[in-house]
Amino acid sequence: MKRYFDYYRSMMKLAILEEWQYPLKNYFYMIGMIAEPIIYLVVWSAVANQQGGAVGGYTPGALAAYYIVWTLVRNMNIAFTPYGWEWRIREGRLSTSLMRPIHPLHEDVAFFAGWKVVVIILWIPLALALSLIFKPELNPTLLEGLVFFVAIWMAYLIRTITLSLLGMVTFWTTRVSALFELIFAAELILSGRLVPLALMPVWVQELAWFFPFRWTFGFPIEALIGQMTTSELFIGLGMQSAWIIFGAVALNLVWKVAIRKFSAVGG
Amino acid sequence: MPSVISISKLAKHYEVPEREAGLKAAAMGLIKRRYKNVKAVDEITFDIQPGEVVGFLGPNGAGKTTTLKMLSGLLYPTSGHVSVLGYEPSKRSHDFLRQITLVMGNRNQLSWDLPALDSFDLQRAIYSIPMDEFKRARDEFIDLLDLKELVQKPVRNLSLGERMKMEIVGALLHKPKVLFLDEPTLGLDVTMQKRIRTFVAEYNKRYGATVLLTSHYMADVEALCKRVIVIHHGRLLFDGDLSKLVEKFSAFKTIGFTANGAAADWSQFGDVVSAEGSRVTLRVPKEKTSAVTSRLLNDLAVEDLTVEAAPIEDVIESVFSVGREAVE
Repeated sequence: MKRYFDYYRSMMKLAILEEWQYPLKNYFYMIGMIAEPIIYLVVWSAVANQQGGAVGGYTPGALAAYYIVWTLVRNMNIAFTPYGWEWRIREGRLSTSLMRPIHPLHEDVAFFAGWKVVVIILWIPLALALSLIFKPELNPTLLEGLVFFVAIWMAYLIRTITLSLLGMVTFWTTRVSALFELIFAAELILSGRLVPLALMPVWVQELAWFFPFRWTFGFPIEALIGQMTTSELFIGLGMQSAWIIFGAVALNLVWKVAIRKFSAVGG
Repeated sequence: MPSVISISKLAKHYEVPEREAGLKAAAMGLIKRRYKNVKAVDEITFDIQPGEVVGFLGPNGAGKTTTLKMLSGLLYPTSGHVSVLGYEPSKRSHDFLRQITLVMGNRNQLSWDLPALDSFDLQRAIYSIPMDEFKRARDEFIDLLDLKELVQKPVRNLSLGERMKMEIVGALLHKPKVLFLDEPTLGLDVTMQKRIRTFVAEYNKRYGATVLLTSHYMADVEALCKRVIVIHHGRLLFDGDLSKLVEKFSAFKTIGFTANGAAADWSQFGDVVSAEGSRVTLRVPKEKTSAVTSRLLNDLAVEDLTVEAAPIEDVIESVFSVGREAVE
């Protein structure tokens, strides 16, 4: 355990050092990223105002809270992508990772966790600026704050696991971008990224329960902005834990088969 | 003494899709794919003893890198038996990985934007090296490769050779017992090549490590390896002393001399490699060397006569061409 702690600490430190080399790049990246929720926010706020001040129970202030928290959750959702798996196999990077006495997935989790530390620091002034402009209604309780903190890290783990499972398809076929796009489209609709799930048809909301996407995106946001009861908060954490356990078992099984297919084409 | 590396009838076969050029062939390929079975490594067998430095030679595509990848656990063999330090590499146990390293000429394990010292610290954590031991090894290798002035520069600002030296330091910090070096001097200038050769020799001497080295630079092989293993088209062609390889496969010797007096028709003595001014170099069949030397000394006024074995590059070329005939 001590060994893993030391590894995570060192890898996160390396990621932080690397990302601090280019703070401006990270800032521009984040400014580009907030364009998406601002468009959603403006559109849905207009709809809410036209419908007498609320849409699906969301006032413009609640929508502002949703989409400002969205920006943090979106950053927490960033993990090593399936495109990254394609790249690292093609470029021989996976061979380097496989030569180390530690599973390559630890490298991914630790590196992006370190990267998030930088991102969160850079996010704070942006979130303050957005709050001044859009005036969110955000009054979380201590419990909601704590659940949110745990949920965004669990969300990060779930997304790392699901993207890795998807990325491992690359062991069988080297070009799988089309499949990734299909799954990312489903994620956009079923996660609460495009629109709060409460504004979607009931059947979409029910369907979202059975996929991991909602638990990586919509759930942490709703937990913080006060849309959930205490029991719903704990059910949400339970669902996240279940997805992590299920995903970790699946990952372990797929990895054992996938690694035998590895042909080290890139070096 | 038990072998450090032992492989028996080791094979790796690939199914490679193939088709003719053109749209029609591409369309047909969608309906029915054609595959070719490629034997990258074809039942090779050898053993390597502790502390040996062995040259692993062969032309491009011979199966050298595939073999190294199987020995280091990156690839699963199709058949055969492999044992490295008593471990089965394909199981990739952490205890096994802690005792080996694979250095490839194109490998990049250092963080591009940071000084190598930061990446070295990550290596310490990966291999759980105690801090004092880590610092000792790091400083020792930095000193041996003369990197003191460079370790604080971002890796992206280093030259290819400097970067390669850093990669080697990073790969050896955990003091591996077995080194698989796949063209470690690829693309480097002669000074850098020599530096890396000296370092590998010193590491082998200090720590008794076993080294399996592939290189297309014969200077690497001559400087480091007493024993060589030659493969071609996945098959083992030769396993033995480098001197025996030269003896076995060198059909010619080179005679060089300075001729005094009138120029003669040198081709009557052998193939003329060069004839510049009074300095002549001839290539003669090995069995005729004595006779030709006697004739030159008796019939002509020659001085500074030398008889040398063919350059190692020529010998290797001859091995590969013999090998090609043997396996095709």
